[in-house]
Amino acid sequence: MAGSARRPRRLLRATILYGAMIAALAAILAPFAWLLISSVSRPVDLLAKPLSFIPTSISFDRYAALTIAANPDSAAVGFRAATMNSLVVASVVTVVALAVGIPAAYAFARLRFPGRGWLVLAFMATYMLPPIALVIPLYQIMSGLAWLDRPIALIVIYSSFVTPFVIWLMRGYFESISPELDDAARVDGCSRLGALVRVLIPVSTPGIVSTALLAFLLAWDEFFYALIMTQTNAAKTLPVALNDFIGRHGIDFGMLAAGGVIAAIPPVLIAFVFQRYLVAGLTAGGVKG
Amino acid sequence: MTTSFTCRPPGRRLSALVAAAVLAAACGGGASPSAGPVTLNALFMKQAAYSEDNVTEMTKAFEDANPNVTVNLEFVAYDALHDKIVTDQVGGAGSYDTVLLDAIWPAEFAKAKIVRDITANVPAEYKNDVFPSALAGGQYQGKFYAVPWINDTKFLFYNKQMLAAAGFSDPPATWDELLAQARAIKDKGIVDYPIVWSWSQAEAAICDWTQLAAVMGGADFVDDAGNARFAQGGPLAALEWMKKTLDDGLSNPASTGFLEEDVRNTFSAGGAAFALNWTYMYNLANDPQQSKVAGQVGVVASPGMGGVQTSGVNGGMGIAVTSSSKHPDEAVAYALWMASKPMQDKFAQLSLPMWKSSFQDAAITKTAPELFAAANVEFTNLVMRPVVPYYTALSSALQVALQEALTGKKPAAQALGDVAAKLPEIQK
Amino acid sequence: MAGLTAARRRLRPAAVSEAWVAGAFVTPAALVILLVVAYPLVRALWLSLHEVVLTRPGEEPFIGLASYAHELANPDFWAAVGRSLSFTIASTALELVLGVGLALLMDQPLRFRWLLRSLVILPWALPTIVNALMWRWIDNAEYGALNALLLQAGIIDSYQQWLSNPATAMWMVILADVWKMTPLVAILVLAALQGISREQIEAARVDGAGPVSTFRYVVLPLLTPTLLIVLVLRTMEAFKVFDIIWIMTNGGPANETQTIAIYAYQTAYRAFDFGRGAALGYLIALAIMLLAAIYLRLLGRVGRS
Repeated sequence: MAGSARRPRRLLRATILYGAMIAALAAILAPFAWLLISSVSRPVDLLAKPLSFIPTSISFDRYAALTIAANPDSAAVGFRAATMNSLVVASVVTVVALAVGIPAAYAFARLRFPGRGWLVLAFMATYMLPPIALVIPLYQIMSGLAWLDRPIALIVIYSSFVTPFVIWLMRGYFESISPELDDAARVDGCSRLGALVRVLIPVSTPGIVSTALLAFLLAWDEFFYALIMTQTNAAKTLPVALNDFIGRHGIDFGMLAAGGVIAAIPPVLIAFVFQRYLVAGLTAGGVKG
Repeated sequence: MTTSFTCRPPGRRLSALVAAAVLAAACGGGASPSAGPVTLNALFMKQAAYSEDNVTEMTKAFEDANPNVTVNLEFVAYDALHDKIVTDQVGGAGSYDTVLLDAIWPAEFAKAKIVRDITANVPAEYKNDVFPSALAGGQYQGKFYAVPWINDTKFLFYNKQMLAAAGFSDPPATWDELLAQARAIKDKGIVDYPIVWSWSQAEAAICDWTQLAAVMGGADFVDDAGNARFAQGGPLAALEWMKKTLDDGLSNPASTGFLEEDVRNTFSAGGAAFALNWTYMYNLANDPQQSKVAGQVGVVASPGMGGVQTSGVNGGMGIAVTSSSKHPDEAVAYALWMASKPMQDKFAQLSLPMWKSSFQDAAITKTAPELFAAANVEFTNLVMRPVVPYYTALSSALQVALQEALTGKKPAAQALGDVAAKLPEIQK
Repeated sequence: MAGLTAARRRLRPAAVSEAWVAGAFVTPAALVILLVVAYPLVRALWLSLHEVVLTRPGEEPFIGLASYAHELANPDFWAAVGRSLSFTIASTALELVLGVGLALLMDQPLRFRWLLRSLVILPWALPTIVNALMWRWIDNAEYGALNALLLQAGIIDSYQQWLSNPATAMWMVILADVWKMTPLVAILVLAALQGISREQIEAARVDGAGPVSTFRYVVLPLLTPTLLIVLVLRTMEAFKVFDIIWIMTNGGPANETQTIAIYAYQTAYRAFDFGRGAALGYLIALAIMLLAAIYLRLLGRVGRS
């Protein structure tokens, strides 16, 4: 290949890739940008025809109303409580689901035992049933345990469907890693648990981080169970608090937009912190030949 | 439909409680007749006509008047209200003593034995001083299952400037007049589509349809024997009328995808001369932060037709006492307190009272004289959507039929006829 | 310790030992799941075999499989299944294609890719309620940003009724779902790409393969297991989609977007027929399992690890 042909080709390649990146960012950000604009604009400006995409006046009042508490009854107190509840519930659920899901996923990926084929699908079955089929008996249980309106109810319920989610993803990830790797560890004297903890988990960092991120978001976004199981600021999560901006006839879209933007910040921050691990963790080498 | 009720002598302790409640509300004092501390759990709705603060304040006054009773308030979004009540009752938890019911629910909840018959507890002044058609929102088969609390219906909003520009000095009194004015407004190029409606696949469409049917032959949907009546008479005429306004280009074609909020926004943007909407739109359409047409908003009673002066769909909500409540007497007293005239008058700026005498009180009506005048007329003829225990299922089917007719998928008679044919299945 | 394990392995057949280890590894997860759902699963099954209607309290006669039979013979049910299938196929296909593209992009050594990798989850971080209402707001026929944008760009010459036009409504909810869920696919595929060694790709390049054929013959085959996993996962979620459609269209116009989960919800919470609602829940789960089995069979991976 002639050197002279290479440079324009590399330039072309870079142009295509950066062009694609800009297009991807635009597709992700454009709807969100409109949400952001809606959250700081006067409602009347958003109804204009022809629509002006650049707001004429900007106000952060809605963000203030959601974050700065003027009195104990203010919306900010409820919203802050909901943010805390969501953080607690989603974090605990993520930890629990990973702690029990990863060993199970390892077993399904690596070990031979009777029933392993259908058992994983049986686990997934709980993920397949729509929540409306389960919500009333679950409500009965939570009511019987006096767990209604307590975060523990959501933690327990969410764990039951985030765990199959984790198993399904991590089993697939473990299967994509060469078995020779943990066989080597076993030969070196590691137990099954040792092989999992010392070898497989470090090598699987991208898979675990992505699964954890998605598990967190699954719990973060859940709405229907939270709506039914919670009653007050003691347990209401963000989606339920946001739903409260929807009235019988009217919708406070500006507040909803502001609340949505705030609700999106914690997961994005988490993704920002962990994004480097999505493409790292291959130091052990020898992954899938 | 009957709005009569028996006035049996009320129960012992209760009468004292109610008397105390009403007295306390009127005179600002109060003594508690019942012994021992009682805690009530009350389910309300966020963004109701009354604000959360209003409800809290009313409740505080009740607690002050009844020191032995504590009321825990829970507020949920309207869309969640029905599912929360059903799940709680079917799930056997029985968490609530009082629940807020939409006017379309008492039949269903009464049949399901979720709420109590409180007919005997409704005081005589309700019969004398509440708009009789507002009372219907708490009733099923002549018995009370909820105390009407929020009183609401759809009014006709119009843009004064657009009407003036088209040469009309008065708003329309009949639907025929409205169409004539709309035609003139359209022909003059003042606005592309003069009327906007909430006709998406939702309860909102049924409300508009009911309100129109009431003056176009009668809002007669299902007879006492359970036979379908909605594929003929008023309902059919109303649906055909609705479709024709779309075909004539007088109604905004986007209406078939609109909810109330879209109607408000379109009207507030100056995109319509006429709109049918709930009370809540009045303040918002007049707020310059929310609306381009602030100051030009007129409101009148919904137009009439063929000798019927006006009609309004009963969009009220009432407070019901659950069957599972362990303190029904206190719960009833609380519901009556919330709906009492003193409370409704005090917070009348956010929710129209249901008491006739309130409309004669200038101190109350002065905040929005135009709205009160419109309401005083329209509240004389509030009509109920079908009062049947299977209402929500019927409504879902009818919403689809309206959509089919309005989008031209089926002729109106056929779309409604198809639901009529399915009615026995829905009733099962 | 290590010696002891090795000794144990010698003493017992490996399979038996593995089964014990597997039991120990699987049990905690089984407990977390089953302790919560065992009773609801049984209860829902019981409901599905009885006639349980809210407005007829006290009567709960056993009716066997009548609820299932009723639905399987009901054209409304099949219409809803058909809409769910359309939604599922279109949204998962788009999400897979776009997600793989996005993942490949994030895997390239580009400047600012950290930005893309952080922001990519933004659509999913936005709660579904807000996402759905945002799209409802954008798609509005009278004052929506989509109409304004397309008109100002000269693509359309009059405002369109995206959500009330039967021809476009389903596509608008698919668009909202694709916008939200593509990041999930992208992140999972990105993680899987890390398992493909650079040497393999370099080797293909040295052999003269261009980027397209490298992807087609080297990357894609290695990615297939992950794609299958993602496909099954997204199918499960898309087939029971509820919130996003319920908020955007309520199932309208004229039931054009009424999917099977909305149908089930209406049966249980609008028609108050909890028996039939439970039967529908099981039918949905069965349909999803069937779809998953078809995928697994088609892509030839049943039982193979």
